[in-house]
Amino acid sequence: MISLSPTDLLLASSLVALDAGVSVALRLQLHRQFLWAAARMVVQLVAVGFILRFIFALNNPLATLAVVVVMGAIAAREIAARPVRRFKGIAGLTISGATVALATLVTAILALTTAIRPHPWYDPRYAVSLVGIILGSVLNSGSLALDGIVGGVWRERTAIEAQLGLGVDYRTATLPLLRESLRRGLLPIINQMSAAGLITLPGIMTGQIIAGMDPMEAVKYQILLMFLLAGASGVAVLVVAELALRRLSDARQRLRVDRLK
Amino acid sequence: MVADLDPNEGEVSLNGVSRDSLPAHLWRRRIPYVAAESGWWAQTVHDHFAPDQLARARALAERLGVGDAAFDGPVDRLSTGERQRLALVRAFILDAPALLLDEPTGPLDPVSVRKVEDLLLERLATGAVIVLVSHDPAQGARLGARRLRMVDRKLQPEEDAG
Repeated sequence: MISLSPTDLLLASSLVALDAGVSVALRLQLHRQFLWAAARMVVQLVAVGFILRFIFALNNPLATLAVVVVMGAIAAREIAARPVRRFKGIAGLTISGATVALATLVTAILALTTAIRPHPWYDPRYAVSLVGIILGSVLNSGSLALDGIVGGVWRERTAIEAQLGLGVDYRTATLPLLRESLRRGLLPIINQMSAAGLITLPGIMTGQIIAGMDPMEAVKYQILLMFLLAGASGVAVLVVAELALRRLSDARQRLRVDRLK
Repeated sequence: MVADLDPNEGEVSLNGVSRDSLPAHLWRRRIPYVAAESGWWAQTVHDHFAPDQLARARALAERLGVGDAAFDGPVDRLSTGERQRLALVRAFILDAPALLLDEPTGPLDPVSVRKVEDLLLERLATGAVIVLVSHDPAQGARLGARRLRMVDRKLQPEEDAG
């Protein structure tokens, strides 16, 4: 494996400076954001590198769990914050938290106990990395589906209430919205799978190949990961859409948009 | 509270069947509510009716002065008045024992108001209950209804002067 020196990175960073220069020259007003984002990226990744090194050295299941929980909590917060209209109180966080926990745990534990099987199975090198990748997918699909439900119900509230008023049950009245939201949430993973290898070389695979792994081995890992991500996305969209729809109604099948800010 | 579309407390019953003894949608099916602002959930008007009710809905719409062109066209081409009349048709064809109407003739011209009121009177003659909100004091008299006026958030019986 070819190790990178600080000078190598510094050299590559001149490309960011080039982007910022373009922004200044063309008055895109993006240079501040560009430099800020680049600096943030470096600081965040270096910090994560240190934390991971520390956690890997500890090799303690509780410490691993703590890291996984913090990552999950951040993902849950992001999902809940995504829709323009949000739930009042802690309902949004409860919904996204349950979604993240269920989708991630199911797929991560499945992978760690069957396909990957490290020793011990909670080996942080595998557990933390796997959870990280899965969370990315859960965040993506979950936030799209949640936004679909919350935004959709808000947009269609008159139409939904008109149906409720005529005696249509809540589930039937919101079924088109549910379908639409699930579709929206699942499209990214479908795109990701169909583009894999042709349009994009997935990041993990590229990383492993650069790090010296045999391409076929890297490919097998990537296929496994894609399946896991598809599963995690599926669970995430179902759980988040179902919980959000429930929260937007009550025992008397009313439309409770008053529970949104 | 009768439509049960906003959180509320209390007891309501219709012909001896209490609200809480029925699942919400079955209760509302017996006493449909038509809001002042009509809601639409499909592209064209006729998609809002079950296939077996289409002929009756079309006939009722015709009676209220909404022709086939509007009935088979997209919802967003309708005028406010047409929407309102078609929303009433949606509730009428359910043949429910009671109707809740919020300003059913609010956006209508006098001719259409007349047509809607005739239909309401027919319904009343068959023994149906109609509760409606109106800003027209004369409407209650024309329908021969018991009138209540909303004053300071309270309903008061109205004298037969209006």
